[in-house]
Amino acid sequence: MRKRLINILALGVKELYSIRADPVMLVLILYTFTYAVYAVATGAKLEVYNASVAIVDEDRSEISRRINEAILPPFFQAPQEISASEIGPAMDSNRFIFVIEIPPKFEQDLLSNRRPSVQINADATAIAIAGNGLGDLQQIIGQQVLSYVQNASGAPSLPVNFVFRVMFNPNLHSHWFTSVMQIINNITMLSVILTGAALIREREHGTIEHLLSMPVTPNDVMLAKIWANGLVIVFAAAVSMMIVVQLVLQVPIAGSLWLFLAGTLLYQFSVTALGILIATFTTSMAQFGLLCIPILVILQLLSGSSTPLETMPQWLQNVMQLAPTTHFVSFAQAVLYRGAGLAIVWPQMLAIAVISALIFVLSGLRFRKTLVAMQ
Amino acid sequence: MHERATQPSVDIAVAASLEGVSHRYGKVVALDDVKVTIPGGCMTGLIGPDGVGKSTLLALISGVRKIQSGSVWALDGDMRDQAHRQRSYARVAYMPQGLGRNLYPTLSVFENLDFVGRLFGQPEAERKARIDDLLRSTGLDPFPDRPAGKLSGGMKQKLSLCGALIHDPDLLILDEPTTGVDPLSRRQFWELIDRIRARRPQMSVIVATAYMEEADQFAWLAAMDAGRVIATGSPAEIKARTGADTLEQAFISLLPEDKRGDHRGVQIPPRVTQAGPPAIEADGLTKKFGTFAAVDHVSFRIEKGEIFGFLGSNGCGKSTTMKMLTGLLPVSEGKAFLFGKPLNADDIETRQRVGYMSQAFSLYSELTVYQNLQMHAKLFDLPAAEQGPRIEEMLNRFGLRDVADTMPESLPLGMRQRLQLAVAVQHRPEMLILDEPTSGVDPVARDQFWESLVDLSRKDGVTIFLSTHFMNEAERCDRISLMHAGKVLAADAPRALTEARHAETLEEAFIAYLEDAVAAAKGPAKAREPAAELVSATPTAERTNSARFSLARLWACARREAVEIIRDPVRIAFALLSPVLLMFAFGYGISFDVEHLRFAVFDQSRSLESREFLEGFEGSRFWSRQPDITAPDQIPTRLRAGELKFAIEIPPLYGSDLLRERRPEIGIWINGDMPNRAETTRTYLGGLTLDYLAKQSARRAGDMAALPGTATGSESSALPVNFESRFRYNQSLKSVYSMVPSVIMMMLILIPAIMTALGVVREVETGSIANFRSTPLTSIEFLLGKQVPYLIIGLISFATLMVLALFVFAVPVKGSWLALIVGAFIYLGASTAFGLVVSTLTRTQVAAVFATAIIALIPTSQFSGLLVPVSSLSGAGRALGLAFPASWFQQISTGTFNKALGFSELWLNHLVLAVFVLAFVTVASLILRKQES
Repeated sequence: MRKRLINILALGVKELYSIRADPVMLVLILYTFTYAVYAVATGAKLEVYNASVAIVDEDRSEISRRINEAILPPFFQAPQEISASEIGPAMDSNRFIFVIEIPPKFEQDLLSNRRPSVQINADATAIAIAGNGLGDLQQIIGQQVLSYVQNASGAPSLPVNFVFRVMFNPNLHSHWFTSVMQIINNITMLSVILTGAALIREREHGTIEHLLSMPVTPNDVMLAKIWANGLVIVFAAAVSMMIVVQLVLQVPIAGSLWLFLAGTLLYQFSVTALGILIATFTTSMAQFGLLCIPILVILQLLSGSSTPLETMPQWLQNVMQLAPTTHFVSFAQAVLYRGAGLAIVWPQMLAIAVISALIFVLSGLRFRKTLVAMQ
Repeated sequence: MHERATQPSVDIAVAASLEGVSHRYGKVVALDDVKVTIPGGCMTGLIGPDGVGKSTLLALISGVRKIQSGSVWALDGDMRDQAHRQRSYARVAYMPQGLGRNLYPTLSVFENLDFVGRLFGQPEAERKARIDDLLRSTGLDPFPDRPAGKLSGGMKQKLSLCGALIHDPDLLILDEPTTGVDPLSRRQFWELIDRIRARRPQMSVIVATAYMEEADQFAWLAAMDAGRVIATGSPAEIKARTGADTLEQAFISLLPEDKRGDHRGVQIPPRVTQAGPPAIEADGLTKKFGTFAAVDHVSFRIEKGEIFGFLGSNGCGKSTTMKMLTGLLPVSEGKAFLFGKPLNADDIETRQRVGYMSQAFSLYSELTVYQNLQMHAKLFDLPAAEQGPRIEEMLNRFGLRDVADTMPESLPLGMRQRLQLAVAVQHRPEMLILDEPTSGVDPVARDQFWESLVDLSRKDGVTIFLSTHFMNEAERCDRISLMHAGKVLAADAPRALTEARHAETLEEAFIAYLEDAVAAAKGPAKAREPAAELVSATPTAERTNSARFSLARLWACARREAVEIIRDPVRIAFALLSPVLLMFAFGYGISFDVEHLRFAVFDQSRSLESREFLEGFEGSRFWSRQPDITAPDQIPTRLRAGELKFAIEIPPLYGSDLLRERRPEIGIWINGDMPNRAETTRTYLGGLTLDYLAKQSARRAGDMAALPGTATGSESSALPVNFESRFRYNQSLKSVYSMVPSVIMMMLILIPAIMTALGVVREVETGSIANFRSTPLTSIEFLLGKQVPYLIIGLISFATLMVLALFVFAVPVKGSWLALIVGAFIYLGASTAFGLVVSTLTRTQVAAVFATAIIALIPTSQFSGLLVPVSSLSGAGRALGLAFPASWFQQISTGTFNKALGFSELWLNHLVLAVFVLAFVTVASLILRKQES
């Protein structure tokens, strides 16, 4: 046992040297956990934010003016007035995502209770925000119209006061979400590629064969890769959380950072093992790279870190339960945003642990097999 | 001597002339103010210990390495002059160190040569004739279709040589061509060179070698030490000058005192027989790969403390036997015992007692010499206190002291071998299994190494089982075994074997044994006809244009890359199937519709009015009501647990307050952990509450009757205004319409980029980049040639995705087909060119895969318009998006699929993509220097 630990330690130190020896790699790790996180957090917003709007105002009345003024930043850009004939070309060239058309005699029809129509065009290719933005615009217009009609009929304000409170992220800052999810994506990407590619490299250079002629078992080799690469990645993730997320982006962390890091440790075990598993299914770096890409893309886009899991078809949700990332994303959201403690997140941690163990055992079996097949 | 060499008289042709040439790698000085003139038209040799700068000198002469200082004249021109270099590539042939390093393992023998022939612009008929000729004269003609990777070491070297000779070079530069090659093959190799020289006497040959017997045959030699030339002249002159009988002795006496080592020669005391079971006993040991028996019923016994040598041609099964004994390969048949115990691959304890050194360098090139020793000390569990001193001892004993902090990669072959030896003996094993341990090691170091082996064997009783191609080493073994084609031909003491064949030397005896075996296998031996005159009398050099760009060379590269891809069907399958898989995953998987939002109500009023409000949530797929909340503190708890997406709090007096027009307050708590979903939730709730408000207002105004029945949809709403919503380009707002064009955008960049990204760096890692450095191939031809096959794979992938889009997902192309196809083509050009940039920038394949994934994945998935419209991006994200081709193609893809657009609207996107192609290719060709620095 002591012998195993010494081996795992010595081999792991070797992994660390390998990472250090490749400056391109170091620059990439640094870039991934700093600027890339920052850029994604500040750049990509899945919310209706800064959306471009145009108005075709054929009524030019008091109410159409009010509607125009009620469409406000930061959610919408100040509406631009265009003519009806411009709608098609303007939307074709991506100038506007939304175009509102207020027909002639709108105000008149409204006050005489004829329920006039407002047409709202939304560019459906902007799939993430077309629906929400349209709903928001309807509400803005609806509220303006309702209070305008009420005022005109002399009635007091609206009968019920609805108060919306958003917990955990009151202003719905999307960077609170995207920054951390980007770190998770990075952990996945780095763990899989670093470990898997390192194994392929050892096979291509014949070093793995040399190792196994010594008093070293395949498990030693795998565990060493896991701890060493894991250490680098968890460390990078922790620094990124503290410096980029908390300090630069000023994202408040509701729960315990240490609990999150403990979960990260568990998670990276599963993804580094996944990297080894992928490597055992491939014989060259070229194959490895090709197999990695779809797996990484799926883990990144379907695990709930980009779009909510519950919007996916049930069968796909079930399939994604097999991915450790899905559980980790849900764990991270609970701990970091909702301030959940161990009492709440233990099922996710357990799921990650079980999946890790499964992947590890599977890659261990495959590892031996490929070594024999390789000769 | 020196004077004659540097100022050659006019009638002596000059192959190369160097003056004031210095070269350093970081702090290590490889060449130190070298001044030498190498005569032409003859065989010349460079001899010297490992790491004295022989390889660097050869690389500088051939033009593959950039000159740092000093001047190098070769082929009557200045090698610093680019125009001269470009011309000279067609006249020089350079064969780098290492067994077949410049070959493509998956390409067949013929294809490897065919590729090189194409690089020199030879027409097909001539190429075929030349290849035929070369294969016949090297004895490779029976296997033109065998992949180069499956050849034995000697055959690889011969194939490499064929590649070097295909264009009739005027200057042939060979860097340790026979290292690791068996005696028979070595003899054939030099015979081949002799024949070619007989045909082309004007050809100059410069060879670096570790075999003194070989060097003895050359017309002129330069001995080197510590980056300097210490003596030049014919072998006879050098021997005469030092008063030595053999070149080996002369070489040793030329060295400075401290490097000579113990040149008494290796003394071997007689072996003392030890009691106990034999160290190794093999009985009918067999290894089969498929039907091919690599080792065929081999039996032998090695006593404890014995030095046992394995001799045999390359690929005869020596290494395989050794691997079986170390437990690396499972045994197919037969039995083997180590230290009297049956062989067991899982027996860790036995491994502790064995030291193994494999044929190829298999230590960590990213660890320094010291770190490698340190790691092994730990793995073999040396006591902590002993580790430091033992490492020091190894450094001293194997002459590694000066390079302790150097990476093995930058060490010459011989030094690396010493490091491997040091590692193998470091833990004081009882048995050493050494696979060609002295291949490429200089004579002095070899003797030193043997002294330590003798020490280990005779003093410590260590059993040594080694394979070698050096006859003088074989003679030092207690017993040797001759192997051929998986079988043991003979095994006995060296002297006994020589006598049995009535031969003068062991080498003769060995070759006799081998020739018998070959003859037995092939039937009556027929002497190979020396090659006839080459078909074309015109040397290629005169025809090969030194043009800056040649379509034929580009095509040669593209063709070769394509063949390599075709040989790897797994890669093609991954490349074509993963986009399909992702298309399905995303086409069905990604959606921004939120459904079944789990919520709970804290209804403190339990009134008719509150129930009326809550009725709005019923019968809709959007909402999913959970058990009610019964206490205020449950709101945060249940939200925190993630169970609820929102909670509704209705005050105790809601009903009466509403009736009395007191404007009661309903609190709605939304879980904001995922902002997009929270926003969607709020938008849905906003619509529902607005509708409720309108109804209440209307009721208050007393004209309820004017309104249609209660419903939640805005179409039949109580609002005084009617909304006509139009989702342009995708009326039903189905995700699939927007996902399909996006998946195409994503797949056409990620997959081609990652495939291309390995193109250049893989060749750098395996060494076949030498073909680019030493031939007229220009970097632009090389790069574009790499790009073309991946571009074609990309187009096939595009076609598959289009079929899926049209027929499976039924997403039609509304706009211009031509704009889409042309766009995809240029876009693929950009993604493959991006891969080339990554490939030229990175040093390892790992970094290349990693860099491509990181650099490409983020702008593609986040900033291309896939999830977030580009017009909503800001700051760094927008800049990153625009600086990458994906966002530009995304507009073409969605524009032609969904928006019915064509060239008139999208031409700018096509133009920008074309600029990306141009920029990436330019950058890659600037980074990829023709010469190594």
